[in-house]
Amino acid sequence: MTTCDVVVVGGGPAGLCAALAASEHGATVCIVDRQDRLGGQLVKQTHKFFGSKDELAGTRGFEIARILSERLARLENVTVLLEATALGYYPDNVLAVEHEGLFKKIRTSSLIVSTGASERMLPFPNNDLPGVYGAGAAQTLMNLHGVRPGDTVLMVGAGNIGLIVSYQLRQAGVNVAAVVEAAPVIGGYAVHASKIRRIGIPVLTRHSVKEVLGRETVEGAVIWQLDASWQGLPGTERRVPCDVVCLATGLTPLVELLWQAGCRMKRVPELGGHVPVTGEDMQTTVPGVFVAGDAAGVEEASAAMLTGRLAGLGAVHGLGLCPEYERLSKEARRNLASLRTGPTSDKVRAGLKKLEEVLQ
Amino acid sequence: MLPGEPGGFGGPNMRITDHPILSFARGKPVSFVFEGITMQGFEGEPISAALHANGIRILRHSPALGRARGFFCAIGNCSSCLMVVDGRPNVRVCVEKLKEGMTVERQAGKGRLAVTSEEPGL
Repeated sequence: MTTCDVVVVGGGPAGLCAALAASEHGATVCIVDRQDRLGGQLVKQTHKFFGSKDELAGTRGFEIARILSERLARLENVTVLLEATALGYYPDNVLAVEHEGLFKKIRTSSLIVSTGASERMLPFPNNDLPGVYGAGAAQTLMNLHGVRPGDTVLMVGAGNIGLIVSYQLRQAGVNVAAVVEAAPVIGGYAVHASKIRRIGIPVLTRHSVKEVLGRETVEGAVIWQLDASWQGLPGTERRVPCDVVCLATGLTPLVELLWQAGCRMKRVPELGGHVPVTGEDMQTTVPGVFVAGDAAGVEEASAAMLTGRLAGLGAVHGLGLCPEYERLSKEARRNLASLRTGPTSDKVRAGLKKLEEVLQ
Repeated sequence: MLPGEPGGFGGPNMRITDHPILSFARGKPVSFVFEGITMQGFEGEPISAALHANGIRILRHSPALGRARGFFCAIGNCSSCLMVVDGRPNVRVCVEKLKEGMTVERQAGKGRLAVTSEEPGL
């Protein structure tokens, strides 16, 4: 059994910022991550980030991962367990972890869960065939491992992930036949949409995939137009030659550990699914258990960095290590609020409002 | 001739060699055996990436209906990519690192786990 002040589960943008905020205030911090490197999904993001300068706007995602990891590496009170899986958190404040084939226990005063989110499946015939991949999976294969996912991709979903990954597929030398989007408008930022239109990738709104063709793997797809009630219109089917279908149809928070720890959960569709009920310090209903990043509700990496900072500050405040908590947390909340202004954050704001109402 | 797919998926150009932003730090070249066929990959890359580069994306067949399965999330989350590696079933090949001489087989159904006293943590 090892002991530390704060354990962070998940070393993506939220977890790294949480660990930085906690360790900079003198807490001993242990980061548990299942991958072989820190950074979470930042490591495959080749585009430059928006947001404010404090959250490294204008920097490419994989460089943000490197910068944050280097900052952490300079701190002596931080330990990192890589290729480690958190198994459960128990009422005696012990986190069980699988690491190097062993069952390990870590006793902690505060737990910060920054486990991120996973890609949503979409129901259609043959959606299980090899070649139907999460858009993030295609991105991992090409940007992290340098392997093209296929020759021609049909992208399903025109949110930021669908648009960005389509552009990156083209950068990697893969054709993108089309981006289909069930909604009447493109969900992602105009800057990403115009970029992929400029390189000649059509974005078809009010369209979806009807079925994937192929016996054992993807050999093509059929798309069709949707009516105003999201139903496919017979007679509008078109066959799209492709060997990969990428799903960018949204993310859902990875919250198993929070359920298991006994946190009160609420289903908020605007935030991607079930999320823990929290106060503005990102503390859940289980004292000492905090949440940050997409596990608290699906948003962008810059928001994850700020909720991570808030959770880290909240954890050290609970340990009496953060005399300037009021000022620092207020500043982080102000930055977060300014990031969430504007029409692209309408959904997130509506979701957070629902979550706040639970506690009132 | 590889046990490839109808439609000729894959081929020598699956590896990205020229990228406008990224460069890829690959491990040393290694050989591994997939379904009895010797293939090349790079040490330390996920087994699924090496297979994909060799044109292989059918990784297993499902327990009930025998449907073909590939990877889906590629980050060790969804368990769609379970294969038998060096005789051990249920290995998530999207995060398991390739080593020289590995034997990789498609998993049929649930796979059988041989428990021995030497296995740590079992």
